[in-house]
Amino acid sequence: MADPMKIRATVQGDVADVRVLMAHPMETGQRKQAGKAVPLHFIQSITAQLNGKTVFSADISQAISRNPVFAFKVKGAKAGDKIVITWKDNKGETRTDETTVRAGS
Amino acid sequence: MQQTRRSVIKAGGALGLLAVLGSALLKPGRALAAWNKGAFEAKSAIDAMRALGITNTEESKDIVIRAPDIAENGAVVPIDVTSNIPGTTSISVFIEKNPFPYTGTFDFAAGAVPFVHLRAKLGESTPVRVVVAAGGKYYTTAKEVKVTIGGCGG
Repeated sequence: MADPMKIRATVQGDVADVRVLMAHPMETGQRKQAGKAVPLHFIQSITAQLNGKTVFSADISQAISRNPVFAFKVKGAKAGDKIVITWKDNKGETRTDETTVRAGS
Repeated sequence: MQQTRRSVIKAGGALGLLAVLGSALLKPGRALAAWNKGAFEAKSAIDAMRALGITNTEESKDIVIRAPDIAENGAVVPIDVTSNIPGTTSISVFIEKNPFPYTGTFDFAAGAVPFVHLRAKLGESTPVRVVVAAGGKYYTTAKEVKVTIGGCGG
């Protein structure tokens, strides 16, 4: 099981700024270890929901850096709303984490 | 003869049904669609765009790419993309000189601001091309990022 994501969502006005850090090796299949290519292992798709409604989703390649970081913004969010983020990798492994939107300073 | 005609019609019907099902599945956004293997495995940005059905892109100044002019570490290059085009539904990123240029597509449903921050691996100095889909049309812009190797400066 992969390590949990770190998600931070803060709302300023009515726009929530969501930042997420996923723990994943994002192997490109090009790197070699002891003369052998390390097989491809990377996150392929991501979805983010605000109060159960998908607001942001992505299909990505192995060119995204190791331990991927993404940020996106959602309008109409308020403190206390629930953000749920799920990723799925090319080996079928998946992880879902959630956080609550906090009021920004 | 009659038999053949029947089976042809039947086969056609099945195909039609599949097409309808396919489009129904694709409609709610690409979240439910399959990961586009053909595009991700394309070795050039042009081929990847073709696999994604991106044609007739129009240069636009309303797409803002914020990325370093010179990246010292090609393994982690922060890229911010903002689209000021009304009705933006997705942002796709292509790192033109990477072995597989297509880096990803970010979809925005109602409520999301057309902005994304990502960190990508750049194999060498390359243009980073962004394609924005808005109102059924495609807009594009690119930014050159120079990658220095070994920190010797460019």
